[in-house]
Amino acid sequence: MNRIVSIALNTFREAVRDRVLYNLVAFAMLMAGAAILVGQISIDIERLVVINLGLTAVALFGVVIAIFIGIGLVSKEIERRTLYTVLSRPVRRWEFIAGKFVGLAGTLVVNTFFMALAVFGALLYVSRGFKATDSSILVALYFIVLEFFIITALSLLFSSFSSPLLSALFTFALFVVGSFGEDLRGFAALSTGATRWLATAAAYAVPNFSALNIVSSVAHGEPVAGHLILWNTIYAVVYTLMALSGAILIFEHRNLK
Amino acid sequence: MAAIETFALEKTYQVGFWRKHPRRALHPLNLQVMEGEVFGFLGPNGAGKTTTLKLLMGLIYPSSGSAKILGRDVGDPAIKAQIGFLPEQPYFYDYLSARELLNYYGQLSGVAAKGRTQRVDAMLARVGLSEAANVQLRKFSKGMLQRVGIAQAILHDPKVVFLDEPMSGLDPMGRREVRDLIDQLKHEGKTVFFSTHILSDAEALCDRVAVVHKGELKAVGAVADLTASVRGRIEITWHGPAIPASLQALGAECKVSGDIARAVLADSHMDAAIDILRRERCRLISVSPVRSTLEDYFVAQMGTQKKASA
Repeated sequence: MNRIVSIALNTFREAVRDRVLYNLVAFAMLMAGAAILVGQISIDIERLVVINLGLTAVALFGVVIAIFIGIGLVSKEIERRTLYTVLSRPVRRWEFIAGKFVGLAGTLVVNTFFMALAVFGALLYVSRGFKATDSSILVALYFIVLEFFIITALSLLFSSFSSPLLSALFTFALFVVGSFGEDLRGFAALSTGATRWLATAAAYAVPNFSALNIVSSVAHGEPVAGHLILWNTIYAVVYTLMALSGAILIFEHRNLK
Repeated sequence: MAAIETFALEKTYQVGFWRKHPRRALHPLNLQVMEGEVFGFLGPNGAGKTTTLKLLMGLIYPSSGSAKILGRDVGDPAIKAQIGFLPEQPYFYDYLSARELLNYYGQLSGVAAKGRTQRVDAMLARVGLSEAANVQLRKFSKGMLQRVGIAQAILHDPKVVFLDEPMSGLDPMGRREVRDLIDQLKHEGKTVFFSTHILSDAEALCDRVAVVHKGELKAVGAVADLTASVRGRIEITWHGPAIPASLQALGAECKVSGDIARAVLADSHMDAAIDILRRERCRLISVSPVRSTLEDYFVAQMGTQKKASA
């Protein structure tokens, strides 16, 4: 456990020192600009626009970080041979993968926390206060973080056997397809024969990110059902663990060049 | 007791687009390195030295055979706490300082938190990096990185130390320091297994060496035993600028410098050569065996290989 924590902390430190958290500056500027602009041009829908824009930006910023750092977590260490001096110590390969995942997931949580502060700051600026329904924004942020966990695990999975470029491509493709997961399931229900079978299999194989996206309903002040929180949590945890298990299985058998 | 043992350890890669063509990087290797030995693993580039080290470190898996370190299988994670490893041309997390890196590796190696800082500082001092302890590694020269590499390899006080080309990229002073360090490790009772193609280093440091070429083990033994096989030549020196023609007829390589002449020839011709010099009334100065170096042995081995493959 100590070794996983050490690897995770080192991964976090790498992200910080590689100035990954500088994206927060860009995000803060985006939110400040949006709040001022929205406050001037929209009437009555300031909150809707700020929540929509803010949460979507949180998700996009995080997804980009999860993919572009995630794909390098293993491949970069192999490429630079930094892994040699780690795996020649009493570190099991699964511990390395787990530590890397926890490190990047932690980085994304910290990043999301500061972005969330910017969103709430912008919301406070445009509406001069919070409403009780704004607590749903926290749930939306929680779902976004779950989405990051899945994407990080998928990046690790792909980077455990392919090049960074292909890993980025695969992960991004799954992110796009998964974002239309409900539409894919709808298409499967309308299809017949082999197409139905294939579409159903694809719909269940790709991560269902659309179920984790409640930005629009939260922006409209709709409450979030308790069972949705529970099922989304279970789904994200299971999917993440499956992707991580795949990454570990492949990495355990890999010869390091 | 054997510190390192390999049993028909073999590595074959499947190459080509469909991975159908086997390329043997290491032929079945049987090797035994005893505890407390400094063992040199010699061979030209591409001989299979790094492949062997990677197999021993569990970085790649053998196609067949097995290996043990201190009596335990190399796949056993517990054994990793007893070994230190310096890879060839090491590259470390360049966003860390030397102190942070060693602290991180100390954590991974299970060095107790209490006393870890002192241990890290002691290692930095041992490799002469105390003043650069807080400098990020991206600002380090190649020689400094090599020193950090050595520090991380011995940080956790391992019993067996593996060094892959430890002198590579070092200036003469750096090489001397690494040689001294290996010597110190030997005196501390550690087993040191190092690969190199710098033969003078191996000759100066090793109790025994193994020679590998094209993935095959060619010889194992003490340096003196190996070089003995290429002995058999003597050097004769005498006063007098003239070189008798009959001496050259024996196949002697002759040189004259000032009023001293010297000839190097097979020791089987020693009596005949001395008789010739006496007949010619030359004043003999010395007759001594030519000392063969590991390089002579190595070149002879590689030459035999080339002839065999031609």
